[in-house]
Amino acid sequence: MFGYYLDLAVRSFRRNKALTVLMVVAIALGIGASMTTLTVLHVLSGDPLPGRSGTLYYPQVDPRDNSGLMPGKEPPMQLTEIDGFNLLRAKKADRQALMTGGSVPIQPDSAAIDPFYVEARYTTADFFAMFGAPFRYGRGWDAADDEAKARTVVIGSELNERLFGGANSVGRTLRIAGGLFRIMGVLGDWAPSPHFYDLNTGSYGYAEQVFIPLQTALDLHVAHNGSSDCWGNGTGGVGSIYPSATCVWMQFWVQLDTPAKAADYKQFLIQYSEQQKALGRFMKAPNVRLRNVMQWLAYWQVVPDDVRLQAGLAFGFLLVCLVNTVGLMLAKFLRRAGELSVRRALGASRRALFAQLLIESGVVGLVGGVGGLLLAMFGLWVVRHQPSDHAPLAHLDPAMLLTTFLLALVASLLAGMLPAWRACQVAPALQLKSN
Amino acid sequence: MTLHPMIAALRKHKAGVVLISLQIALTLAIVCNAIFIIGQRVQRVNRPTGLQEANLMLVTQQWVGAPGGDQPGDNDKLDSMLQADLAALRAMPDVVSVTPINSLPLLNSSWNGSAALKPGTDLRGGNARSTYYTGDESMLGTLGLKLVAGRAFTAADVQHRGFRDQGEPPMVIVTKALAEKLFPQGAVGKVMYLDGSSTPTTIIGVVERLQVPGTGSWTNGFVWNSTLEPIRLNANFSRYAIRTKPGRLQAVMKAVTPVLYGVNPLRVLDDDSVKSFADIRAEAYRADVGMAVLMGVVCLILIGVTAAGIVGLTSFWVGQRHRQIGVRRALGARKVDILHYFQAENLLIAGIGAVIGVLLAVGLNLWLMHRYEMDRLPVLYVIAGVAAVLLLGQAAVFAPARRASNVPPVVATRSV
Repeated sequence: MFGYYLDLAVRSFRRNKALTVLMVVAIALGIGASMTTLTVLHVLSGDPLPGRSGTLYYPQVDPRDNSGLMPGKEPPMQLTEIDGFNLLRAKKADRQALMTGGSVPIQPDSAAIDPFYVEARYTTADFFAMFGAPFRYGRGWDAADDEAKARTVVIGSELNERLFGGANSVGRTLRIAGGLFRIMGVLGDWAPSPHFYDLNTGSYGYAEQVFIPLQTALDLHVAHNGSSDCWGNGTGGVGSIYPSATCVWMQFWVQLDTPAKAADYKQFLIQYSEQQKALGRFMKAPNVRLRNVMQWLAYWQVVPDDVRLQAGLAFGFLLVCLVNTVGLMLAKFLRRAGELSVRRALGASRRALFAQLLIESGVVGLVGGVGGLLLAMFGLWVVRHQPSDHAPLAHLDPAMLLTTFLLALVASLLAGMLPAWRACQVAPALQLKSN
Repeated sequence: MTLHPMIAALRKHKAGVVLISLQIALTLAIVCNAIFIIGQRVQRVNRPTGLQEANLMLVTQQWVGAPGGDQPGDNDKLDSMLQADLAALRAMPDVVSVTPINSLPLLNSSWNGSAALKPGTDLRGGNARSTYYTGDESMLGTLGLKLVAGRAFTAADVQHRGFRDQGEPPMVIVTKALAEKLFPQGAVGKVMYLDGSSTPTTIIGVVERLQVPGTGSWTNGFVWNSTLEPIRLNANFSRYAIRTKPGRLQAVMKAVTPVLYGVNPLRVLDDDSVKSFADIRAEAYRADVGMAVLMGVVCLILIGVTAAGIVGLTSFWVGQRHRQIGVRRALGARKVDILHYFQAENLLIAGIGAVIGVLLAVGLNLWLMHRYEMDRLPVLYVIAGVAAVLLLGQAAVFAPARRASNVPPVVATRSV
C-alpha cells in the first residue's frame, strides 16, 4: 500500500510542479535557517568540560567597602590577590586553582624567529588535573613548585609546533619575559569553549599557549591582562604593575565532588567572610556565591543576545514557511476532492485516504528536510567564514543532524495533518454527481 | 461592488482564508520588528565618534625587556623610550601630528571611573561615569576634536606617570555631554574630583563630542562622557594615534613599522599593531552590520515566501472557480470586474492579516523589550509595515487575478 501511495504522491507532484517546488523550497528555507541558527546557539551554549563541569565551582566573596563604585548586590566577578591566596591555602576543596591571565613575550633561541607575544595563564598546580587538560608530553608542576616559585612552564601544542616542530620538548628551556623556564609539559589540543575559567579575555576561540606557576609570574612581574575592578583607593600602588589590594583581578576555581561538599564549601565562604569582617578587611555582611560551570556561564550571559535573537527570528521564519505550506497543501488536497471521493466510492476507508495524503505531505517534508540540511550546511559554512571569534566552532554534530531530520519530518507531517483531515471529510459519491 | 457575496464566497474557504491571513500577520510582525532592529543597528553604526576619522591611524606596540615599572627610575626610562618613538613618528614625511594615547573610541579597551562634584565621593548623587583618555599636547589636533570652550593642553601641562600609579591630573578637558551634566552653567574653570579622590582637577576646556572606547551595552549610560587627561602613560606597551596628510594613510601605515624598529628593535609589532581608524570602526561594528544584513536577507526571503504563498493559493481559487467566473462573465460582468473582485478579496484577507499582524508586532516588540534591550517600536514602522503587506498582497494577487479575468464567458456553457 505504501508503494502505491508513494506512486500517487509522485503523480500529484508532477501535476503541480511549481506548487510542489514552492512547498519544498519553503520548508527547506525554514529548516535551513532554523538549523543554522540553532546549531550556532547549541555550540555556543555547550558544556566546555562535559562530565566535569558539574563538580567545578567558582567561589565569589564580597570584599568591597561601601563607597559604591561597583553597584549591585552581586559580589565582584573575581577575587583580590589576598582572598585568592587565603582561599587557596585553606585547601577546603578537593582541588583548587588560583589564576589570572596575561600575555608574555617569547624570545626564541633561534635568531630566525623574531620575539613574539603569546597568551598566557598564570595558575597554581591543580589547574591541569582539575580541568582535565590532556598532556601530550610530560606533566604539570606540583604544589611544591608553586611555593618554590619554580621556573617551569607548560606549553600548548600550537606553540610547541611553532618552536620545536611538534617534537617532545620536555626538559628544554624557553626564554619567557626575560627569564629562563624549563618546559615541564606539552598539552595536547585543548581549548575549552566557552573559555569558562576566565571570560574576561574573550569567551570563544581562545587558548593560552603558555602556563606558568602563578607565584613565579607574580615574582617576575609578568604583565597581567584582563579585567580588574577597583574600589576605594584607586587602581594600584605607586610603582606596582599589578592591581592593588582593593582590586579584584584573579579567578579561583574549586572542585567539589559531592553536593554535600559544595554546601560545606559555601558555609566555609560565609565563615571566611565573617572572619575577614571581624579583622576589619571586609565591610559588608557575608555576600558569597558558589556557582558551578554552567551556572557561571548562564550568570555571565556568555551566549551573545544576537545569537538568541537570530535563532528566534529563524524559528519565526520556519513558522511562516509552515503556515504557507499548510495553506498550499490544503488548497491542493481540496482541489482533488473529486479523485478522493472516487477512491472513497470504490471502498477506500477514510483512514486509508488520510494515510495516503500524509505520505504525500511526508515526502514533501523529507525532500524539504534534505534541502534544509544542505542549506544549513551552506549556512554554517557562511557562518564559519564570518570574522567573529565563535565562527570556527559552527559545525553540525550528529545530534543536530538528527534534530534537523526530525524537525523536517515533524514539521511537514504537522503541516499535512490538517489539510489531510479536511480532505478526508469528503463524502463518497457527492463529488461524482456534480461533475 | 458589495462585500456581501465576497464574504459569502470566502466562508467556503475558511481554512484557506485563516491560513493566508495568519501568514500575512506573522510576516508583518516579524518583518516590522526585524526592520526596526536593522534601523537601530544602522543608527548605532553611523553615529559619529567626534573624531575626524579620515587619515587617522593607531599603532599599538609592546617593548620586549622594557623596565617593569616597579623600580625607581623605571618610569623615566619608559618615558624616554616613548619620547624617542614620538620623535621618530613626528619626523616621518607624511605625518601631520602624533599623540601617545591609551585608547580610541570603538577600540573596546578602556579606563573608566567617576567624575564627582565633591571630594571623596563616587557614583552617588549628581556624579557621572566617565572614560579617560590620556595624551599629550597634540591630542586634540591629532584626533581632530572640536574645542567649544576654554583652551587646549600645552606642552607645559603634560605630565608622565606609570601605568598603574595613582594620582589625578590637576587639569583636564571634558566633553560637552559631561560638562553639561556636571556644570550646566559652564564648566571651564570649575573643579571636579576623579575616581573618588580628594585631589581637585580643574576643567580647562570643553570639546564638542568624543565617544567612549566601549561599544557594549554596558556603556549606554555614558557613551559621550569622556575626560581627556594631559598625561603620557608609561608602561611596557604604548599606543600612538597618528594623523597623516590627506591620501597618505596607506603609505604611513606601511612605513611606520620599519621606522619604529629603527628606533628600537626590541619590541613586538604584529599584524594587528597598525590599524587605520576605518579598520577599528569596521571591527567594532562587525557584529551589528552582520546582524543587520542577516535580518535583511531573512526579511526578503520571508516576503518572497509569503508572496509566493498568496500567488499559489489564489491560483488555486481561480482554478476552482473557473466555471463561476465564466457564469459571471456570461451574465455581463466585464474583465475588469473579475480583476477587481480578486483584488478586493485579497485586500480583505490581507486587511484581516494586517490587523492581527499589528497586534502580533506590538506583542513581539513588548516581549523583545522585556527580554533584550530593545526600544519601543515606533508607530511609523507599524504603519509602513501594514502598507507594505497590503501592497505585497496586491502585487502577488495581480497575476492570478489577471488570469481569472481572461476566462472567457463561454466556459459557463461547457461542462467540465
